[in-house]
Amino acid sequence: MANQVKARLISNKKVGSYHHLIFAGDGIATGVRPGHFAAVAVGDENSPMILRRAFSIHKAAEITSRGSTLELIVAAHGPGTSWLVAQQEGAIIDVVAPLGKPFALPKTPANCLLVAGGYGSAPMVYLAQELIARGCKVDIIFGAGTESKLFDVLEAKRLARYFEITTDDGSVGTEGRVSTAMPAMMAKGETEAIYACGPMPMLQSVADLASKSNIISQCAVEESMACGIGVCMTCVLPVIGDDGITRMVRSCTDGPVFRGDKVRWDEIGTVPADCLGAPKSGGH
Amino acid sequence: MAIDSATSLAKLNLIAPVLTASGCAAAGKELDQFFDITKIGGIVTKSIMLEARSGRPTPRMAETPSGMLNSIGLQGPGIDSFIEKDLAWLHERGVTTIVSIAGNNIEEFGRLASKLRDHPAVAAIEINISCPNVANRGLVFACNTESAADVVSVVRRNVSPGMPLLAKLSPDVTDIVEIAQSVKAAGADGVSVINTLLGMVIDQKTLRPVLGGRTGGLSGPAIRPVALRCVFQIHAAMPSFPILGMGGIRNGKDALEFIAAGASAISVGTATFGDPSAPMRIQNELLQDIENHGFESVSDVIGVAHKGDN
Repeated sequence: MANQVKARLISNKKVGSYHHLIFAGDGIATGVRPGHFAAVAVGDENSPMILRRAFSIHKAAEITSRGSTLELIVAAHGPGTSWLVAQQEGAIIDVVAPLGKPFALPKTPANCLLVAGGYGSAPMVYLAQELIARGCKVDIIFGAGTESKLFDVLEAKRLARYFEITTDDGSVGTEGRVSTAMPAMMAKGETEAIYACGPMPMLQSVADLASKSNIISQCAVEESMACGIGVCMTCVLPVIGDDGITRMVRSCTDGPVFRGDKVRWDEIGTVPADCLGAPKSGGH
Repeated sequence: MAIDSATSLAKLNLIAPVLTASGCAAAGKELDQFFDITKIGGIVTKSIMLEARSGRPTPRMAETPSGMLNSIGLQGPGIDSFIEKDLAWLHERGVTTIVSIAGNNIEEFGRLASKLRDHPAVAAIEINISCPNVANRGLVFACNTESAADVVSVVRRNVSPGMPLLAKLSPDVTDIVEIAQSVKAAGADGVSVINTLLGMVIDQKTLRPVLGGRTGGLSGPAIRPVALRCVFQIHAAMPSFPILGMGGIRNGKDALEFIAAGASAISVGTATFGDPSAPMRIQNELLQDIENHGFESVSDVIGVAHKGDN
């Protein structure tokens, strides 16, 4: 059950390459779990940007001195996100949350490895806190192109049993990708469950490494969405169902968290020939 | 004093003049968490086909100035699953449901219609003869008077005489009035005007089309003046032929323009993507605007833009 809230922007701070936004409003944090996302309207009611922008939820709190709050990490990629990060504290912004299916948490304490790329680290501290509260051991790897594109390093380092950073340019941590650091971390932490959030190629490499070790990975995907609530059918990707049949499923309502071994990563952007309802010839 | 919000589309009586638009509300369930979907005029469900269909590859969407392109390609579960799950839910929920159907060929339209025949949840059928996201442009039946009429005739023959039929028309034609006249003659009780316009966006980096399907349907406020013109032309030619107007309606004032141009009811489509409570909000705004103009009922406004015309 999602809520649509006219929220007040109560904080907007630049953090490295990103902006950390805090919204306050009645019901804005209700039902939020790690892995949920929010869809935010950009521009006013006459905006030429007619679609919402979707962001993984960084944190949510139902009771604070400022009411219910919801926190997002925004990278200014295009006109919509640029508008959003330019908003002043006090601005009233339409937010729909929580959306999607959150990360599934282990029923018994487990050794968990959290892997994030770039602003994909946004929900990871929140997730780590929930896992630790359930008695899990949490190890974390954050990767990014360069140091300014890492987010939440101090908090993650504080919570993690083992923590590692990778950067493509070697500006901080180990030079390379998160997948470079994963095998050693998995051995050291005796990993039993993997959680990942980041760009699709990173998620694919994480899912592959997890599958090779017979570990379940849960990957929060990023797909372009028009509505975020399940009505437009734009954010689909090929996912294998429990019945073994591949379907084009909505990342907004069936995801954004999917089991890494169920997503057909190589075929994202296509309709696999054995997908339910795939075109017989000539395309749809 | 509140105005009389009731309206009708031929044999279909509606409690209020705002419906969802096909393809923008799925089968209603997702929107029901944002507003009570029984309080608007009705839900027009996403076009359903005979068999399950995967739709097109991604990217399926590109935002454009005051609009968007979509290239979904009629993804859906197929009519049997739709009847068993979606229609059953809508029936139980007590929603006025207009089922949109789309066939690969004329025969499929007939089979879809017969599957819906006498189903108690179906208040009307919208015949989607104008989806632009099909590989074969020859299958955009609404681009030709004869094929448009052929589809409507076969649907008419396969449903009970009392079933209201709306034909959804494409604006991508030379003369939309001619198409409207042909579907009327073939047994349509009204028209849904308009479907999306065929469009394209090129990626600045790759210099190739953005959409997986290359072309897509343009919707949103960018197409509103085109849609309004189509409604106006059809109403001018056939004042008693009911029109469900749609195309870029974003607020009550936009909706009022369509009613004034001759629509008996309107559908809210793309606005729902940006605001999941848009259909309810727009209905409230429209009824307030109608009252502010001094009218006593929705029906008093239908076609007033033609006043004084010959």
